[in-house]
Amino acid sequence: MGHRLSELCGHGPSLETDIALTNISLDLFGQVRSYFQYAAKIKGEEATEDRIAFLRTDRDYRHTWLVERPNTDFAHVIVRQFFFDAFHLPLLEQLEKSKDETIAAIAAKSIKESRYHLRFSSAWVKRLGDGTEESHQRMQTAVNELHPFTHELFENTETEKEMAENGIGANLEIIKPVYNQTLLTVLEEATLKIPDVPARKTDGKKGIHAEQLGFILAELQYMQRTYPDLTW
Amino acid sequence: MKGNPIWEVFIRSKNGLEHRHVGSLHAADATMAMENARDVYTRREEGVSIWVVESKFITASNPAENGELFEPAKDKAYRHPTFYELPDELKHI
Repeated sequence: MGHRLSELCGHGPSLETDIALTNISLDLFGQVRSYFQYAAKIKGEEATEDRIAFLRTDRDYRHTWLVERPNTDFAHVIVRQFFFDAFHLPLLEQLEKSKDETIAAIAAKSIKESRYHLRFSSAWVKRLGDGTEESHQRMQTAVNELHPFTHELFENTETEKEMAENGIGANLEIIKPVYNQTLLTVLEEATLKIPDVPARKTDGKKGIHAEQLGFILAELQYMQRTYPDLTW
Repeated sequence: MKGNPIWEVFIRSKNGLEHRHVGSLHAADATMAMENARDVYTRREEGVSIWVVESKFITASNPAENGELFEPAKDKAYRHPTFYELPDELKHI
């Protein structure tokens, strides 16, 4: 998600939105760093946050397909952001209560950032949805194209089930109604409809991705792979 | 474009007593102006309070009139409270 947003740096529709979106990108990268540092610590041996970030092969990336959708136009960017934020905030609210202290701490810090992200993306969704004919059209197209990918957010993997049972991870069942309510409220005000299309059955969480990931990783991993262990 | 006016941004810093003008930006409405100001002008902890005012509501003095507006105050020492001795107890005025 952070990577897709960083692609907009310098290309935002206006100076203010350019800075806002890249700010969000940096916020997300900051949160990821905390998680990866913790993961590296748990993994031990030679794991480092950079290795986890940059040196996995595509099958080891476990993100959902939603977050790697391309920056087709601003409507796509903002709808993708909104769907993500509507999920991310309740997720963090759950993780804040995690039995794992490190995760709870990361979540507590990230919640304020996430609250602002949701505020920002909802505001734009409402204004663009209930805006001019063109903006409404583009927004509805974006919603129609992206909504099928949100289904994956709520598919539990074995790991997620286990973590939730042990009080470490979040319970997706609790998040779902909160997420749905947010969508209903905001989209209604934006005069946008949730499409009646079947969900895309995607397996991002199992490491199976679309071909776009190849292009993303080529850019993302280039520096680390060309100059191994490079530091600033 | 009708819907994207310029707004002037004023920020009060953590230790400051007044809002200072820090710049301007485009936004469609007051809420967006505030959020844009937060994004653009408080990234580096510049402040804890934001005011945004649409530029059209600011009336500014005309520099061409500086002569009649400001020069007469130049040689009027009697307007400054310099001849008043403050008692020691009033340290913070």
